[in-house]
Amino acid sequence: MTTNPTNDPTPHTSATTLEAEAADWLQRRHFWAWSEADEAQFNTWLAQSGAHRVTYWRLKAGFERSSRLTALNTQTSFGQPRPQAPKSRLHFFMGLAAASLALVAVLGVSNFRLTSQNTGTLYETQVGGRQTIVLTDGSKIDLNTGTAVRVKGRSAQVLHGEAFFQITHDEKRPFIVTAGKHRIVDLGTQFSVRTRAKELEVALIEGRARIDVPNTPSAHAAVLNPGDVAIATSEKISVSRKSQQDLSGELGWRRGVLVFQNTTLKAAAAEFNRYNRRKLVIADRAAKLTIGATFPTDDIEAFARTAKNVFGLTVEHRGDDIMISK
Amino acid sequence: MTMAEVEAWFVAEILPLESVLMQFLHHNWRNEADIADLRQDVYERVCEAAQENIPDHAKAFLFKTARNLLVDRVRRSQVVPIDVTSDFDALGLAFDAPGPENTTIARDELRRLQSALDRLPPRSRQAVVLGRIEGLSGKEIAARMGVTESTVSIHLANGIRALVNAVYGAPEKPVKKP
Repeated sequence: MTTNPTNDPTPHTSATTLEAEAADWLQRRHFWAWSEADEAQFNTWLAQSGAHRVTYWRLKAGFERSSRLTALNTQTSFGQPRPQAPKSRLHFFMGLAAASLALVAVLGVSNFRLTSQNTGTLYETQVGGRQTIVLTDGSKIDLNTGTAVRVKGRSAQVLHGEAFFQITHDEKRPFIVTAGKHRIVDLGTQFSVRTRAKELEVALIEGRARIDVPNTPSAHAAVLNPGDVAIATSEKISVSRKSQQDLSGELGWRRGVLVFQNTTLKAAAAEFNRYNRRKLVIADRAAKLTIGATFPTDDIEAFARTAKNVFGLTVEHRGDDIMISK
Repeated sequence: MTMAEVEAWFVAEILPLESVLMQFLHHNWRNEADIADLRQDVYERVCEAAQENIPDHAKAFLFKTARNLLVDRVRRSQVVPIDVTSDFDALGLAFDAPGPENTTIARDELRRLQSALDRLPPRSRQAVVLGRIEGLSGKEIAARMGVTESTVSIHLANGIRALVNAVYGAPEKPVKKP
C-alpha cells in the first residue's frame, strides 16, 4: 500500500500527524491506567494500516532505547529554576515510604557518614568466601568473595565487593541499600550490587528498584526493571538491558560457579582472581581468545587445563601464580 | 510471518539504519517537507514485504526499496528528474558490511538524548523527566506539576517524539528558547 487511499492532497502532513497519534497511544499505554477496552481500541488503530504499525513500532523501539541509555542528570537538565523542587521531591519519597522517619534517619547516615552512629552488624567474607545472611524479616543477602556489608534494620551498606539481595517487600518500609554515594530503594525486588574501583553495578532480576544519589545538587536517578543493569559513576548512571541468560551467568557465583559466555581469557582470569589467592596471569597474545564454559569458582587448575588442552596454550606454575601464554 | 516477527525484524534490522536512510533521502530529494513521509512509506513497504518473507539482506533491501520509491515519485510528479541511481551508488553504501557505525551510534546516542531533552520546552521536559527517569505515572505527574491530565499527555507525547527522533539521529533542530 504505497498510495494514500484517501488521496490526501498533502501527503507530507500525514507522517507527522501519524507520529503524533502514535506518540499519544504510546504515552497512554505507558503512563496511564489501561483497560481492556483501551487495548481493543488501540489494536483497531494499529490494524488500520501498515503506516500506523511502522510509525508505532518505530516510536516504541526508540522510546525503549531512550530509557536504556538514561544517563540523565535530572537537576541540571532543568534550565529553569524550580523553587518547588525540594518540597515535591520529599513528597515523592514520602509516597515511597510512609515511615518517613526511618528514611530520614537513613538519609542522615548516608549523608554525613556518622560511622559512630552506624552501629549495624558487619558481615564480611574473605577472598574465595561466600555467605548467606537471613534477616529477621525474611530478606536474604548473599555475599560474594571479598565482600563487606553492614546491615541495620531495613538498610544495608555495601562497603566493598558484591552482594545479591532478595528482599521481603514491605510497602511501608522500603529496604534501602547504599554503596558509596548511591542509594538503591527496593520496590519489591531481587537485585545484585557490585562495587568496582570507580563505579557501582546494579543488576535487577525481579521487581523494581530505584537508584539515586540522595541530597546532591546534581542528583541523578533511574528506575530499574527486570533485566536492567545500571552502571553508576559519580557523574552519571547508564542503564542497559541484559538477557536472562547473561544475568543468570553473572549470578553463577551464588551457586559457586563462574559462567563464561564469549568471555576473553583475560576477563575470565580477572574473574577467577577475585575468588582465589593464587592468581592467573594471561600473556597478551593469549588474552583475546574467547571461552564459553562453567567452572567452580575455586578450580583455577581446571581453567588452566582447558587453556592447555583446548587452546594449546603453555601453562607454567610460578610460585603461587599460573602463567598462561601462547 | 506474524506481526510480532515483522516488528522484531524491523526493530533489529531496519531501524538502526535510519540515520543512513535519512542521509540517502536528504541527498536525493529536494523537498525537505516530504522526507518524513518518504521515510514512512519506505518503512511501510519493507514491512509489507517482510510479512511475506523476511529479506535476507536488510540493508540492501531497504535501500533498494528507498530507491524504487523515489523513482516512482519522480515519475508520478513529473518534476525534473534527478539521477537517483547514480547518486545512490555514489554514496558508496557497502551493503551489510559490518562497520563501526553501530558502536559509534551507541556512544553518540546518549549525547543526542541529553541534548534533545535540554531542547524541550521546560514543561514538556519536566513531564518527561518525572515520567521517564523518576518513574512516576501520568496521574502523579499531573499532581506534581499542578496541571490537568490531558496537558500532561500532550507534554509526554511531544517529549517522546523528540527523544525518539534523537535516538534515531535526526539532525538537531534550531534551539527554541521559551
